[in-house]
Amino acid sequence: MLEIKNLHAKVEEKNILKGINLEIKPGEIHAIMGPNGSGKSTLASVITGKEEYEVTEGQIIFENDNLEDVSPEERAHKGIFMSFQYPIEIPGLTTTNFIKTAINETRKAQGEKEMSAKDMLQKLREKCDMLDIDQKFLSRSINDGFSGGEKKRNEIFQMAMLEPKLAILDETDSGLDIDALKIVANGVNKLKTNDNAVLVITHYQRLLDHIVPDFVHVLFDGKIVKSGGKELAFELEKKGYDWIKEEIKS
Amino acid sequence: MSKYTEDDLKKELETKQYEYGFYTDIESDTLPMGLNEEIIVAISKKKEEPEWMTEWRLDAYKKWKEMIEPKWANVKYEKPNLQKISYYSAPSNKPKYNSLDEVDPELLETFKKLGISVDEQKKLAGVAVDVVIDSVSVATSFKDTLKEKGIIFCSMNEAIKEHPELVRKYLGTVIPKTDNYYAALNSAVFSDGSFCYIPKGVKCPMELSTYFRINEAGTGQFERTLVVADKGSYVSYLEGCSAPSRDENQLHAAVVELIALDDAEIKYSTVQNWFPGDSKGKGGVFNFVTKRGICENNAKISWTQVETGSAVTWKYPSCVLKGKNSVGEFYSIAVTNNFQQADTGTKMIHLGENSKSTIISKGISAGKSQNSYRGLVHMSPRAKNSRNFSQCDSLLIGNECGAHTFPYIETKNKSAQIEHEATTSKIGEDQIFYCNQRGIDTEKAIAIIVNGFSKEVLNKLPMEFAVEAQKLLEISLEGSVG
Repeated sequence: MLEIKNLHAKVEEKNILKGINLEIKPGEIHAIMGPNGSGKSTLASVITGKEEYEVTEGQIIFENDNLEDVSPEERAHKGIFMSFQYPIEIPGLTTTNFIKTAINETRKAQGEKEMSAKDMLQKLREKCDMLDIDQKFLSRSINDGFSGGEKKRNEIFQMAMLEPKLAILDETDSGLDIDALKIVANGVNKLKTNDNAVLVITHYQRLLDHIVPDFVHVLFDGKIVKSGGKELAFELEKKGYDWIKEEIKS
Repeated sequence: MSKYTEDDLKKELETKQYEYGFYTDIESDTLPMGLNEEIIVAISKKKEEPEWMTEWRLDAYKKWKEMIEPKWANVKYEKPNLQKISYYSAPSNKPKYNSLDEVDPELLETFKKLGISVDEQKKLAGVAVDVVIDSVSVATSFKDTLKEKGIIFCSMNEAIKEHPELVRKYLGTVIPKTDNYYAALNSAVFSDGSFCYIPKGVKCPMELSTYFRINEAGTGQFERTLVVADKGSYVSYLEGCSAPSRDENQLHAAVVELIALDDAEIKYSTVQNWFPGDSKGKGGVFNFVTKRGICENNAKISWTQVETGSAVTWKYPSCVLKGKNSVGEFYSIAVTNNFQQADTGTKMIHLGENSKSTIISKGISAGKSQNSYRGLVHMSPRAKNSRNFSQCDSLLIGNECGAHTFPYIETKNKSAQIEHEATTSKIGEDQIFYCNQRGIDTEKAIAIIVNGFSKEVLNKLPMEFAVEAQKLLEISLEGSVG
């Protein structure tokens, strides 16, 4: 589904990613872990096509398409979704209206008709129930005045509505208490099928107790320095990142 | 991949052309340029006006000559040469039409391009349309229905002849001839406009609507509107504007007077889309309008405006809350792009006890434009227990535009309550990227963000108008994103 080959990227003349190789197949859950400043969020931004990040070398292939000249919205239409680390507030724009527009723009890009109001409503209700969200919250301005937990839950709610092929969860656990974390993780697990994939970006292991990865990669200084199964996450939690640093040095 | 920066956004906004830039070749009967007493007498004569009206105009002209143009607004422009304007222009083949089929097809074509086909409008939820093109009414519909209720809805010209007692009683009572420079000029030379009278206790069963449009090159337009709602009556009045694109600046100095007698209510909605000038700031309409209403006891006036056009806008739809328990409302969206300048707001003059006013102003600036809110809330000593709430929000798009707020508050009694809230925000790259990541392109993203920002005011517009206004907002701000 996603194939990243020797990816180098910079922002404001600073090289952040220095040769990343990663392959994600349908049905898999990958976790990227790493210390602060290792390039985790940059990787998410580059995959989604954020403007200020420049790819200087290498390729991102998604569903056999090179994403080089593909705009962020077209990447979204192809099925790439990112749950933002810091979801953006848009005062005055209701959550419902935002999601409705997102779904219909995607359908339009795929040559489909707009979703009927009835279907939309039904889907909104269904996903609200799934994520234990009060429907009143849909008529609030998106992320405006939301608590940290509400924002993150809203991101997963949008993911549930948009049903992406690849979901990137960028530090989704930050700002969540344990109950909210369980709800969010539960939602992600319910959405998981054999045809879609999840890339979890996290600093801590605790989210991975609930969203269990098939593969764990450790990112350090713009490179994946170690890959393994879910046990690697436990090891990192126990030993910290210094252990990896030492290993690299030697 | 292409990087989308704020500069690109700005570029897109600049490249958006005025979509209604065309003009119709209709034969016009135009007076020579310039302004003097003879011209005023000639205008009056062409309109077959009674002597009192001619005298009224001449009196206004004498007063205007003594006045100087005010300079306090936060706008810069080259003063129009008022001697280079023709003060009267009427479509020359001007029979009285019984149905639209008889109207000059070219004129109908113009409406079609504007997307306001009169036929379509007629069908829309019982809207009666009194179309004003180049100052003279050429088509009026739904008159019979209105007649049954005793409602008068006609051109000002017709009202002067058919209902002189009403016109003489109310014309210039809210906005006196000497009120300001442009109001005085309008009083002297106004060409036509609309007159509306709702009898006692009558609720007008449909929205009354007038479309204005500047057409002839070099013609200033001086509309005069007078709406009188007699005791206990109700009317909702819609005014929509669009102008064809021109190189020279065109002056528009209208006067609108509203009179709401005891227990009456007037809802006055405007969607304004005069030619704003091109992306270099060339051309465009100067819109210097005086709008004011007076509320007697328990009366209510509500102004709603969506301003997207004009090179320079200078207008303050105001309410004089004369009566006890009277209510004034002002809901405004003003959009400026490229080199547009707007200095707009309202005045709420509280004279009566327990009078209430609400001001919601939403300013949106893009390009190199300047957008100012200027509002006065005045509480007189008699206005005991009166209340005002004002909210002024500004939205900035890009780094080169400006938003300004000038609230003036004058209170002369201790029991009055005044609240003022203001916010300024900016459409950020982050917001746009967030939308992009959800599959919404930049053009649509700006549209939904602006719509969300303007929602409180859009909701105040009558349904069919709200849709049009929303479309206008998009047209004014969307870039031609490739």
